[in-house]
Amino acid sequence: MQIPAAFDYERASDVANALALLERHGPESRVIAGGHSLLPMMKLRLARPDWLIDINGLAELDFILREGDQLRVGALTRHAALLESADVAGLFPIIRDAERVIADPVVRNRGTIGGSLCQADPAEDLSTVCDVLRALAVIRGPDGERTVSMADFHRGPYETAVAHNELLCEIRYPIRPRSGSAYEKVERRVGDWAIVAAGAAVALSADGTVEDAAIGLTAVGLDGTVPEAEAVLHGRQPQEDLFAEAGRIAAAACDPVADQRGPVDYKRHLAEELTRRALRRACARAAAAGNG
Amino acid sequence: MQISMKVNGNDVTRDIEPRVLLVHFIREELGLTGTHWGCDTTNCGTCVVLMDGQPVKSCTVLAVMADGHEIRTVEGLAADGTLDPVQQGFMEEHGLQCGFCTPGMMLTARALLDRNPHPDAAEIREAISGQICRCTGYATIVRSVQWAAAHPLAKDPAADDGAAGASTAEEVTA
Repeated sequence: MQIPAAFDYERASDVANALALLERHGPESRVIAGGHSLLPMMKLRLARPDWLIDINGLAELDFILREGDQLRVGALTRHAALLESADVAGLFPIIRDAERVIADPVVRNRGTIGGSLCQADPAEDLSTVCDVLRALAVIRGPDGERTVSMADFHRGPYETAVAHNELLCEIRYPIRPRSGSAYEKVERRVGDWAIVAAGAAVALSADGTVEDAAIGLTAVGLDGTVPEAEAVLHGRQPQEDLFAEAGRIAAAACDPVADQRGPVDYKRHLAEELTRRALRRACARAAAAGNG
Repeated sequence: MQISMKVNGNDVTRDIEPRVLLVHFIREELGLTGTHWGCDTTNCGTCVVLMDGQPVKSCTVLAVMADGHEIRTVEGLAADGTLDPVQQGFMEEHGLQCGFCTPGMMLTARALLDRNPHPDAAEIREAISGQICRCTGYATIVRSVQWAAAHPLAKDPAADDGAAGASTAEEVTA
């Protein structure tokens, strides 16, 4: 039987209260939301916080709002809500692609976007999604609010820019005209972590050439996006040989390790093929998009 | 710490350690052993209960996190001695073999039908994709849920002489 080590528990009433509780209980306190990353680690005693601060009651962090040229998503938004949102599906189909293959529907009822990002598992899907969408993370702490890029947010496996006395509150996605995005994942079985996954987001110019592209890979030892692959796309007409070239560059740039999910050459092959597929779908969606 | 919640319509209050998982609270504190405890790792789904109407894996929810919420377990499916159509469907279409996954499967099915009264087979399979039937009886589970969808007012045949009928899966999906 897996039971967490003993801890004390307190329920936060709002963000200010959560921050005060984190400050009061110090570095051995952890925030719990959906709990689907933290509780399994606590059951295995890989995590042994002295205090859990429950933020499930913070309704102020549970929202999906289209505001001007950005989509704002509260950190407490459940995976299920992201999957069901028409705004998300219309503006950022990559989020829907990824959410469909994150764990299973029952887990998605509890797990949150903020929890996934803060857990920062190297095989976690939404980090890649946020990278390629050039999302911003809004973090609140005792000194107020700060907004960081995903490049600043990531600090390596299981580490982020969110300090122990801070709270990730919101993710902001810039809305761009003539844009499209896609996520392609290969897993061993339904609901598993990725063997490899690729995410792509593109914005097209009025003449149909690629104005901006972002490519990210999941579970292959890559921090952030692949600027070399993005550069070859810039200013060119989206077509198969271009996707293939970007795929080769992305595969060369990543650094997979052999594990129970597969050997290095297989993962590199997947990185190339999935990058190509993600770009193909992202460009097709951008060409069809009227999301200006 | 003291927690209170509604379980199958009844108010319960207990004093527990924060580290007690909801599945153990339900089974050991409340004695409701219809909720099964399987893998301990959020994979198998046999511990699924409804929290405010939504299926959750109760091995990955702390009992203290359910404080103030409504929990429904398999013991709460039948009402006033009448089986839920989902339970009836699992009987009609042989939706269980060993029965270990059945409580979780039925609660997920109930939640699915509450949201979507006429799911197709793919939607049913998607809904139960986080739950494992180690007897591999998925085809009959899907048919059982389809039976329930086709008989939303099904009654316990013992109570009304089998009026729900012996529908086949073909009729259900037609």
